[in-house]
Amino acid sequence: MTFSPELEAKFADLVTHYPEGRQRAALIPMLMFGQDEIGSVTQEMMEELGRRLELSTMQVDEVVGYYSMLHKKPMGKFHVQVCTNVACMLRGGAELYDHACHKLGLGHKEVSADGRISLEEVECIGACSWAPAIQVNYDFHHEVSTDQLDTILEGLEK
Amino acid sequence: MKQFNEPSPLETRIISFRFGLENSASIDTYLAHDGYKALRKALEMTPDDVINEVKASNLRGRGGAGFPTGLKWSFVPRASEKPKYIVVNADESEPGTCKDRLLIQNDPHQLIEGVLLGAIAVGAKKGWIYIRGEYNYLIAIMDKAIAEAYKSGFLGKNICGSEFEFDLYTHTGAGAYECGEESALLESLEGKRGVPRIRPPFPAISGAFQAPTLLNNVETFCSVPAILRMGGAAYSDLGVPKSGGTRMVCMSGHVNKPGVYEVPLGFPMMKFVNEIGGGIWKGRQLKAIIPGGSSSPLLTAEECDIPMDYDSIAKAGSMLGSGGLMVMDETTDMVKLALRIMRFYQHESCGWCIPCREGTTWLKKMLQRVTDGHGQTRDIDLIGDLAANMLGRTFCPLGDAAAMPTIAIVKKYRNEFEAYVAKNPFAVSDLVSIS
Repeated sequence: MTFSPELEAKFADLVTHYPEGRQRAALIPMLMFGQDEIGSVTQEMMEELGRRLELSTMQVDEVVGYYSMLHKKPMGKFHVQVCTNVACMLRGGAELYDHACHKLGLGHKEVSADGRISLEEVECIGACSWAPAIQVNYDFHHEVSTDQLDTILEGLEK
Repeated sequence: MKQFNEPSPLETRIISFRFGLENSASIDTYLAHDGYKALRKALEMTPDDVINEVKASNLRGRGGAGFPTGLKWSFVPRASEKPKYIVVNADESEPGTCKDRLLIQNDPHQLIEGVLLGAIAVGAKKGWIYIRGEYNYLIAIMDKAIAEAYKSGFLGKNICGSEFEFDLYTHTGAGAYECGEESALLESLEGKRGVPRIRPPFPAISGAFQAPTLLNNVETFCSVPAILRMGGAAYSDLGVPKSGGTRMVCMSGHVNKPGVYEVPLGFPMMKFVNEIGGGIWKGRQLKAIIPGGSSSPLLTAEECDIPMDYDSIAKAGSMLGSGGLMVMDETTDMVKLALRIMRFYQHESCGWCIPCREGTTWLKKMLQRVTDGHGQTRDIDLIGDLAANMLGRTFCPLGDAAAMPTIAIVKKYRNEFEAYVAKNPFAVSDLVSIS
């Protein structure tokens, strides 16, 4: 499989950040950046990164399974993550999530049929003082009301 | 740069005073406002002098455990032949906590300078900033600041014309609360699942890549430049004995002006909520406060009239923890709160230690049962007993973090659990607890 030249350059730099012989340390950043480019952690990607870091595919798989942001199935082009943890819950995070479910017709970790939008109920995303908060891909939206959520969802490009 | 909340005149801004300045994240702004002065000072000092200054400051770890920082720094064996490393814990994930994010976003050079001071103190030449995956945008900010620091001679070889050299990198996490725990973070940094390590050996002896490692929270490192500039004793005097200086407290929940505010250790909690936070929203009454992230036991309204320092909060039966202060008004349903907290810990338990893996799972099931109106009186006892049996029986504090708030909620708001049980038409009062 191939990555873009920019990502290859990033990978080449990344492995130099760790002590000699400990290049495995680059695995999680590579998986994250790879997923950002490819859309999910594919079997092919696990094999390729394993080859590069001298790990078996199973060793890579075992790491992938641990981290909640690594997805083996593609999420939507816009991955909507609604926090319902305590600080957000106290300010309406659960209602916001329910609203998003109804509005999108999706449940937890479900992807729309056209692959455009996916929804996830997430744990604390570190926006507690500006709750309730959501992330669309990596973008934070703070103090989101149900009306604002509608606006955000409608504003996502087609 | 967006500040997120307006500062309060009641703050003591020691590490957040650059927030809100134009281009506050740039090296030019940093240099124009005392930037890298502490580094130049430290380069003239011996490592022991740096450590002694930090000891004198009474700075305690801002990540959660509150361990004295100077003491931690003195544990790293400088004479070791192995390379020494610095690791910054920017895996801020404790529910209620959102301060490290602001420190990096608004003032990344302050963190770099703090790391350099740590490196001088322990003789490290390389370090990583482990940033949680959700904070992706901070990686770009941090990488830019690191590049600026290399260009201006504050990173790399011959720093400020001295013999001192240091390389610093960012490292992204991929979504795991557990990786905020130091030993799990080190596993994750090495490219593995984030399961905790048994200690001893502590990271100071065997940390990243099995080498001596100085590992501190973002805010802890960010506090050190100010300590070197103003002197450890002066910094300590800002706070109270044994809890020196200031800290960032993240106020969330049912208050009028939630936000992250920097106050001296020992600042009165109710003054913080009422004057800085503008009081309880909607004209309601205070019911309870979680003082230091969701793993700290909550305090009832009657217990909240205390100063916010490590020892005073510990005396009240809770923890200052990570500084995530969550305020709850009189309408808050404590049973649902307990369930939500447990859902989180059950989701985040890494599964390595059985008391935590099974304990959080069963606690979640029982709390769900009570919330759904199918609970029995004995469930209430069992929830408390099971949680108490998790304490101290795991490699890392996640098991304790799940158990402690649960024990406190069940004990302090038992009546609310009983009210839920009373809704169960099949409740049998004389079912005996199986514990």
